[in-house]
Amino acid sequence: MGLRKIVDNLKPTFSEGGKLSFLASTFDAFETFLFVPDTTTSTGAHIRDCNDMKRTMIVVVVALLPALLFGFYNTGYQVGMTGFDAFWFGLLKVLPIIVVSYVVGLAIEFGFAQARGHEVNEGFLVTGLLIPMIMPVDIPLWMVAVATAFAVVFGKEVFGGTGMNVFNPALLARAFVFFAYTPSISGEKVWYACDAVSGATALEHMATDGTLGFSTMEAFLGFIPGCIGETSTAAILIGAAILLFTGIASWRTMLSVFAGGLAMGCLFQLTGVVSYPGWWHLVVGGFAFGAVFMATDPVTSAQTDTGKYIVGLMTGALAVLIRVVNPAYPEGMMLAVLFMNALAPLVDYYVVEANIRRRNKRLKPAK
Amino acid sequence: MSSKNFKYLAGPFSANNPVIVQILGICSALAVTVQLKPAIVMALSVTVVTAFSNLVMSLLRGGVPARIRIIVQLVVIAALVILVDQVLKAYVYEVSKQLSVYVGLIITNCIVMGRIEAFALANKPWPALLDGIGNGLGYGLILVIVAFFRELLGSGTLLGWRVIPESWYMAEGGFYANCGLMLFPPMALIIVGCIIWVHRSRNKDLQEK
Repeated sequence: MGLRKIVDNLKPTFSEGGKLSFLASTFDAFETFLFVPDTTTSTGAHIRDCNDMKRTMIVVVVALLPALLFGFYNTGYQVGMTGFDAFWFGLLKVLPIIVVSYVVGLAIEFGFAQARGHEVNEGFLVTGLLIPMIMPVDIPLWMVAVATAFAVVFGKEVFGGTGMNVFNPALLARAFVFFAYTPSISGEKVWYACDAVSGATALEHMATDGTLGFSTMEAFLGFIPGCIGETSTAAILIGAAILLFTGIASWRTMLSVFAGGLAMGCLFQLTGVVSYPGWWHLVVGGFAFGAVFMATDPVTSAQTDTGKYIVGLMTGALAVLIRVVNPAYPEGMMLAVLFMNALAPLVDYYVVEANIRRRNKRLKPAK
Repeated sequence: MSSKNFKYLAGPFSANNPVIVQILGICSALAVTVQLKPAIVMALSVTVVTAFSNLVMSLLRGGVPARIRIIVQLVVIAALVILVDQVLKAYVYEVSKQLSVYVGLIITNCIVMGRIEAFALANKPWPALLDGIGNGLGYGLILVIVAFFRELLGSGTLLGWRVIPESWYMAEGGFYANCGLMLFPPMALIIVGCIIWVHRSRNKDLQEK
């Protein structure tokens, strides 16, 4: 317990009256990061659970790892490398993006927490990893920094921090880059970590000539160009299994996003709008990533069970609708999730109202 | 100028700013601030209109029955806006074309009628004129701040002059790119929000409970 002792020895310095008491939030963040807090609620009812927010967030990070590790490999694979070379090349390319995202985001989080005298929120542990995974590998680092700062300040802190945000901060960062620096996140060059290689993504193929451009197995396993962490549906499903097994993400949301996307894809196929099979949409682009890691965000998705089904179905359907109908946006998942983030509270409101009406009806005969 | 009159003139710059405190005239603040030059012209036009409509309505305040005052105000404002529009077309035609309908829409700018109703109808001409100038310039101040950031970050220029060198841009082998979001009105709203944020945190008495 050497570490515990060091932390305990440092504690008075940062507590009230100590020399560095103005850094109390920062110290608290590191202490609770290292050890589960031993304080309990002293009055009223409370639930005993060894799991807290930090441990929850760590599980999400673990669930992201398969997709991230595959992303490292795919970064190298896409420029013609194989085996360990490809993985190492990808690691060196992607690591700076992750570092920038964490450093910028955490600096702002710590700054705000310190200024407000709050505890540092845990949410950025996940957001900081999500942001690099939905960026193209060729993105300039300063854009990652600007987008992260925008997402944390305007997506989260102005609303009051983690738990109060209307929109998913990681997707907001991507949306910012998408609308502010469009050439850096679309087209045929940015998906490759090497200037000499270029090629359309599967989604661009689908939008222009109605083919996948790759075999469906390649698309499912993820050997296709795309954002760093989004290409491999297989690796994302491993993450989904972890999230569902630990009970952290909602299976209702995940299932209904896939169902909504599939239904919409099949509808377009049956009506002859597109010539390719509808389920292709589920394995290309960021669909699986959005369904598993973005739509399930506990803060911004619907809170009621019925609401989760409704929001999930609409997210999936909307994503495919944007992909097919709007040629300017080959990828619709980001906009679909953000749009449904905005509508989720409304859906929840009507679900709750409907429930109240239903139960009121039950009351009437008793009169 | 007495200190009271000076307050009418200077108040709208900060503590009683029409855009960030009274939240009036937001629409045009979003529409005409992509570049600095149209924003400045717009600011001056609105200042002229608020100043003289305030003055005229203050002079007429004894003679206009309360029931038809709105229609009289509209006639005065519309006449002034048409004058401003013709002057802009005569002397700064390019900017006038850029501003397009927004010059005409000064008629609907909430600040103009708001100041007549709230101030000019109950005050003497001289304070009313000062109040009009103050509010016009207070509105213009916000417009210029927003346009400064939008033009600098969105186009890399200021008043049409290149500030960020060409060689910095990615197309020329550099590292920089303009923020395309700055050219969209939503970003103007976010900038106005930031100005309000800074302003409120410096003026504690304006903070809502």
